Amino acid sequence: MGLTLLATTYTAYAQDSAAVARGKAKFDHSCAPCHGKGAGDDGRESLPGTYSLKIKYGETLPAALEDRTDLTSEVISVFVRMGAWSMPPFRKTELSDAEIDDIAAYFAVSSRAGN
Amino acid sequence: MAVLPPNTSEADFNNALQAFAAAVGDEWVFSSDEDLKPFRDHYSPVPLEEDELLASAAVAPANVEEVQAVVKVANQYLIPLYPISTGKNFAYGGPAPNVRGSVVLDLKRMDRIIEVNEERNFALVEPGVSYMDLYTYIQERGLKVWLDCPDPGWGSPVGNTLDRGIGYTLGFYRDHNAAQYGLEAVLANGDVIRTGMGALPGSDTWQEYKYGFGPDPAGMFSQGNYGIVTKMGIRLMPQPAHYRNGLVTVPLREDLGPLVNSINYLNDLNMIGDPWYGSPLRALLDNADFRAAATRRGGGIAEELNRFAREANLHSWQVELQFYGSERTTEANWEYAQEVISDRIPGARFTAGESLAIPLTPEQLHETTGPYSSNMRRNITQGVPGLGIWKNLGRTQSLPDTWAQGHLGLFAVLPRSAESIFEAQQVFADTMADLNLDGGINALSLGVNWYQYAFLFSAGFSTGGGNADNSPAGKKKIADGLKALLVVAGEHGWGEYRAAPYFQDAVSEQYSFNDYSLRRFNETIKDAVDPNGILAPGRGGIWPGKSRG
Repeated sequence: MGLTLLATTYTAYAQDSAAVARGKAKFDHSCAPCHGKGAGDDGRESLPGTYSLKIKYGETLPAALEDRTDLTSEVISVFVRMGAWSMPPFRKTELSDAEIDDIAAYFAVSSRAGN
Repeated sequence: MAVLPPNTSEADFNNALQAFAAAVGDEWVFSSDEDLKPFRDHYSPVPLEEDELLASAAVAPANVEEVQAVVKVANQYLIPLYPISTGKNFAYGGPAPNVRGSVVLDLKRMDRIIEVNEERNFALVEPGVSYMDLYTYIQERGLKVWLDCPDPGWGSPVGNTLDRGIGYTLGFYRDHNAAQYGLEAVLANGDVIRTGMGALPGSDTWQEYKYGFGPDPAGMFSQGNYGIVTKMGIRLMPQPAHYRNGLVTVPLREDLGPLVNSINYLNDLNMIGDPWYGSPLRALLDNADFRAAATRRGGGIAEELNRFAREANLHSWQVELQFYGSERTTEANWEYAQEVISDRIPGARFTAGESLAIPLTPEQLHETTGPYSSNMRRNITQGVPGLGIWKNLGRTQSLPDTWAQGHLGLFAVLPRSAESIFEAQQVFADTMADLNLDGGINALSLGVNWYQYAFLFSAGFSTGGGNADNSPAGKKKIADGLKALLVVAGEHGWGEYRAAPYFQDAVSEQYSFNDYSLRRFNETIKDAVDPNGILAPGRGGIWPGKSRG
């Protein structure tokens, strides 16, 4: 019984860690060029999406998406599929629902890790 | 579904969707309102209006065979297809079609990088590959080849090339359609063709000799609707050893003529990369008296503007130069550029920029504190795709709540001469004043030299941002104004190099030589190769016979 529970927990962990790894890769590919933590390539302190959210949220929420604890799959989907002001929406051929779930799994870890 | 294809019943459309699903799989056919939202033009000039160019569905094949199957279905049901590569050409229409109710053929899943050759300097890619994907592929393998990227760089080399996009490095590479070397396309009858040496079985020169034998139709797929491009070869720039830049300023308004001629000379000898023009006098635009002089109806007056420049101890014009090669050749080219310009323009000043070994470090890519304030963003001079340009559309400290949310504009093709620039300044500024629009044109406006042999002169409008009107009515006013400006520009011999679907007929209308003989020729070909008119009807101003009446 104990071994079964351990195996089940391990399997869930392995699945989660795989999802987190996929989510990080997809975030780096599709989101980080605008919403990453790096410096802007134009001399700005941060990339455009991060810069814009810093102005929007001030001290109330982190500017970098990877530091946010409130970005569930459902929340991410709204912004990805609808777009947000100057940010155009993304099609399912660019970012699938499963990949959005992976990104949410990554945020759940990255926001705790002080990434 | 909110929109049906033209002249198609709901029953036929549902049957077509089932046939598309049989071709590509259920999960790759999109027809719900939710799924189609990202296929809208996020910067549409007519959002939510009856004439917004909406898709009825989207289909995403994974390979050439599936593209052929989709084309067969479209022919059966006479449904227009609108192919997109990555659909990222925002402000040029994004993924939205020319004809409301078209089915978007989303090629994003066709994302193979088939070859990157660093000895012979080319790549062969599918439409769904982005510049960022290709850049990452090259970097991960340490290959010594460069991309020439548009800005932003998240789009597709295939799509950007087919829209005749541009970049920022050396002249040949900046003209992406010129750097196209061989393509594969699925025609409306389902046939697959390869251009140039791709037509010769066993040839290994498809990406090195683009013409093959006989007519080369590759260019007809750019801004055209004769086929669905499924592979494309592009020439890559061998990674240079060294990068250097420098700033040139000249004192008088009338010095622009010899400055442009000097740069044309250096540019056409391929001694410089993208030359970036500007005016130091922009610093004076907050001065009401200067602004009045710079926006004077009828154009700027040289004597008056020179006086402002003299009193402010500023030069009238500047150009930033980029050099690629070895440390010694870039130094020699910079010295020679100074010699050429000094010989023609008394009082020209030269400021050496930076001299950097390639590849630049990440710190050097982000560094902006060179010997002079540069308007050239560093990453685009180094073939590094990015999204930094999005800074122009996001919130700013000064506009935290009313930031720019999109833009609309045009780029007219002008001769590379000061005379054409001065004339365009006056014509564009006065026309927009007549239209009660502020497109930011004044006596300091200049062309960009993205295309090596022509200037592009732009009028652009933010939608949102400051006092700009982001409402549908505000956007419509800008769109109507741009259409009026197209006509005025056409009367002066200035046509657009590229346009969003919403404007393509208006642009095409200006290319009227010999009673539109070129367009009639294109239409003749269209009718021959696509008799049902299913491929992107209206793209490039080319309509099939059934739509011409």
